[in-house]
Amino acid sequence: MAPTKGSAKVPRLLAVDDEVMILRFLRTALDTGEYSLHQAENGHAALAAATACRPDIILLDLGLPDLDGIEVIRRIREWSQVPIIVLSVRDGDDDKVEALDAGADDYLVKPFSVTELRARIRASLRRSLHQASEPLFNCSGLQVDLSHRRVVVRGEEVQLTPTEYDLLRLLVNHAGKVLTHGQILRGIWGAAFAEHQNVLRVNISNLRQKLEKDPSRPKYIVTELGVGYRLESD
Amino acid sequence: MRTGEDTRPSPEALLKVARAESADEEQAKLKIFLGYAAGVGKTYAMLEAALQRKRDGRDVVVACLASHGRNESDLPLEGLEIVPHAKISNPNGILPELDLDAVLARRPQIALVDELAHSNVPDSRHRKRWQDVEELLAAGIDVYTTANIQHFQSLSDVVAQITGVTVHETVPDRLLDLAAEIRLVDLPPEDLLQRLHEGKIYIPEKDALATDRYFKLGNLMALRELSLRRAAARVDDQMRAYMESRCIAGPWPVAEKLLVCVSGSPFSERLIHTTKRLADETKAVWHTVYIETPGVNRYARENRERVWRDMRLAESLGAQVATLTSISVAEALIDYAVKNNITKIVVGKPTKPRWREVLRQPLVDKIIRQSGSIDVHVVSITKEQKDKSKGAPPPGRPTLWAGYLQSLALVLVTSLVCEPAHRYLSPTNLVMIYLLAVVLAATRLGRRPAVLTAFLSVLAFDFFFVTPRFTFAASDPASLLTFVALFTVGVVISTLVSQSSERAEAIREREVQTASLYYLSRDLAVASDLPGIMDAMVRNIEESLGAQIAVFMPEGERFEMKQASSELSLGVKELAVADWAFKNRSPAGRGTDTLVSAALLYLPIATNGDLHGILGVKLADETGYTSPLSRRLLQAFATQAALAIERVRLGKQAEQAQILLARESLERALLNSISHDLRTPLVSITGALGALRDEDNSFDRQARAELIDGAWEEAGRLNRFVGNLLDMTRLESGALRLKLVPCDVQDLFGCALAALEPRLDGREIEVLLPSSLDLVRMDMVLMMQVVVNLLDNALKYTPRESCIELAAGLAGQTLTLTVADRGPGIPEKDLKRVFDKFYRLPVPEGAGGTGLGLSICKGIVEAHSGNIRAENRDGGGLRMIVALPLT
Repeated sequence: MAPTKGSAKVPRLLAVDDEVMILRFLRTALDTGEYSLHQAENGHAALAAATACRPDIILLDLGLPDLDGIEVIRRIREWSQVPIIVLSVRDGDDDKVEALDAGADDYLVKPFSVTELRARIRASLRRSLHQASEPLFNCSGLQVDLSHRRVVVRGEEVQLTPTEYDLLRLLVNHAGKVLTHGQILRGIWGAAFAEHQNVLRVNISNLRQKLEKDPSRPKYIVTELGVGYRLESD
Repeated sequence: MRTGEDTRPSPEALLKVARAESADEEQAKLKIFLGYAAGVGKTYAMLEAALQRKRDGRDVVVACLASHGRNESDLPLEGLEIVPHAKISNPNGILPELDLDAVLARRPQIALVDELAHSNVPDSRHRKRWQDVEELLAAGIDVYTTANIQHFQSLSDVVAQITGVTVHETVPDRLLDLAAEIRLVDLPPEDLLQRLHEGKIYIPEKDALATDRYFKLGNLMALRELSLRRAAARVDDQMRAYMESRCIAGPWPVAEKLLVCVSGSPFSERLIHTTKRLADETKAVWHTVYIETPGVNRYARENRERVWRDMRLAESLGAQVATLTSISVAEALIDYAVKNNITKIVVGKPTKPRWREVLRQPLVDKIIRQSGSIDVHVVSITKEQKDKSKGAPPPGRPTLWAGYLQSLALVLVTSLVCEPAHRYLSPTNLVMIYLLAVVLAATRLGRRPAVLTAFLSVLAFDFFFVTPRFTFAASDPASLLTFVALFTVGVVISTLVSQSSERAEAIREREVQTASLYYLSRDLAVASDLPGIMDAMVRNIEESLGAQIAVFMPEGERFEMKQASSELSLGVKELAVADWAFKNRSPAGRGTDTLVSAALLYLPIATNGDLHGILGVKLADETGYTSPLSRRLLQAFATQAALAIERVRLGKQAEQAQILLARESLERALLNSISHDLRTPLVSITGALGALRDEDNSFDRQARAELIDGAWEEAGRLNRFVGNLLDMTRLESGALRLKLVPCDVQDLFGCALAALEPRLDGREIEVLLPSSLDLVRMDMVLMMQVVVNLLDNALKYTPRESCIELAAGLAGQTLTLTVADRGPGIPEKDLKRVFDKFYRLPVPEGAGGTGLGLSICKGIVEAHSGNIRAENRDGGGLRMIVALPLT
């Protein structure tokens, strides 16, 4: 389906929120020519808009009047892989994990800064455009060559154990996106290990010792507290 | 001599009226159709009244009707619903019984229950029908019932006196007092006899014998008078109550106060009944006392049990009871009477033979002599009653026969020993050997075998050793003196010995009781919560009575077993019995009159006002259920436990009040803080926005940037404050649930530093971590907040150039996290207070905190079972130390 609007190159955003003030703010901040913004004020409208205007990114509030945001994520995920960024006042880690496990790509707690939101949108767009196509990951001194299994940090090659490498590859494949503990554990150790967080923590810690300049202040592998980990992508 | 003032109704009287009037609206009413003999037409009258009520539109059912074999068509039953009788099998076939549960389930407005004095068959819930009636009333169902005058407890002995027939099925007098209405069903005795002869009155076969003695014109006239008088007394009561409540002056009787003394004698019961009657007639208050003297007989078991029973009877009849200790009964009695303004003392007429009065002045005489202005009312005791009340012989020692045989053997052995000795000893010395045997018998075999031993010893001594030997004849008249002396000494010794051993036994029993009560109260005093109390109860009662115990308590809507002896398992039925006992606030089960087929005895755990639960007891010894001794002990246990439970509950209430108070003051502080801390950032934000919004503002680029930066910072502050408030609320409401997962401390520090990044503003924080640190179980999100808050404080309160250290360390089984700075520190006296809510130190540059940060830290750390403290560093600065247990 070719987009009907003339601005074919401009990414379309769908903002879903029942607060008119928030929608107004998002419009001001985002609808500047860089993106085009569509809006929906409840869950059903959001589902309809998602099929009708085929957005490139959905910005979703969880507390909607008719449907719970989590339910909206599940229904969209039934047929679409469009990146979903959750914007919510719920700051509990349970809420974050639930949304991410349901298929959300990112989670921002309100109030957030526009700069932060723009960065997340850019990262998501980049991921959806170059998905798994680039074998070479490069981010401020960290280079991962997936085709040759080579990891270079600040110009020096690093030796990783197979598990550490698998872990890093998983993060690289989802660079910029938060992966929950459960998602990582299932992806690398299998579903039976979904609750074994200490295995994950030990490996992350080892990985940081090898990659980070100061493991106490990690720059590459960032902990999303109580939720999971994210590999910085730029 | 009453003054005008006294015509004012007493508060008690008004209260009573108020109660009765309010009770009128809610409480179920009892109506008794009272007759003086069978056949006067009580049942008929009751049915007619019921039909009348039914026509008035009330919901009336017949719960129980004793047809007595008469033709039911004679009775006006038309259209009355009859609740089917419960069929309870008993050895004599199937008997129709009142089906209490069916009636309770049916919930009519009025239930007819014939024959109030009826005794239920075993296996029924209650022993007596009047208990059924009480339960119906308690359930809010009006009851119509029939009863004959002779069945009322306090009148039963008078009736027995009149008719010579002892009534076994009695109803407590309080039912008469309870009745909202007493309808006297009267028929002249002549007509009644006429009906009897015509065979219109049903007499159960077993009573046929009694009938002849009962249905005599004289008896019937006396009974009729009795019933009329009782009904009149009731009307009089109502009249008086009415006059009292309306301040109508009337011929008030001088207030009487009666006193009766029980002694454990079989007549005490009658004395109590008589006193109750006298008290009722004169509207008097009455007291019952038992005076413990160090004399004979006081310690005999059956005697004590009888005293206890009598005191309970008196109490149930409305007397004030007291137990006194004194050497002289008469003196103690008079003393008590004077102190309590008693106007009349009731005593029994002496029944002992006259010759004994010569030896000992009868109590009556003593009392009369000392009574002064107090009247003494002497009540006669008939021979018949004396016999009756003696009743069955005390269960005594079953080994009595064995004892007699042993005493016989003892005398034979003694004689055999004396045989070789008599050649060397004079007969008087042989007597000593026999005396030894008597003493032995007295100590080992009890009083009666000892007396027998004395008697046999006299015979044996006479037969074997007094010349002429082997005859009962005695040549020397002096030996007669020896016989008398031997026998007398034997009897006296045996009496004394048996008394002292009984006394010793009683003392030992009491000692055991006192000790077990002491242990219980000691354990209860230590117990600080309900489980502790129940533990102490179960353990102590198990130990002191060898019983199995279950404790039941209400839990919300449900009633359930809270604690029990380990080997005790109870079915649904037992729980139902306990439930009944709880709802009805009275003992039930084994050894009571209610639900006797239960396996356990259930006692309420209650203090004056409040019922806390039910104590279920399974005794090892079957006789324990009825023995007043163990019952009394159990009662004491239950009361002690109830007091302890009450203490705990009151303590909890006080604690809650304290908490409430603290919360109130906190809320005030919170409100102050919110109004200040929420508004302050809003001032700069709205100020900046307002300025920028103003169209003709003339700010240059830099001024605009400053305005925007200020608003941005303040918005961040506002956001943090709201976050803190939310955290505090979560911590305090207990909504905080720790998610303990193994955490990497390095990761924890990393997250904290990342979160602080925007506020760090280029300041350095030195991180000190031991090279190898295992994962530590904690809630990482919350602990990160602790670290962030501590670092944030350090940043806020210290000069820019000073250094801040963040360190972790292991000390034994404790992980310590330390944040140390080189700031001004905190005055020593405030080191503890910094963790209080809304405690703030003045901040150098005015960017104050919320006063919540450290108290949130404290809450989180304590939720991890750790602790947090602040100390001033050597060389200046503050160190905050968080200690977490590793387990």
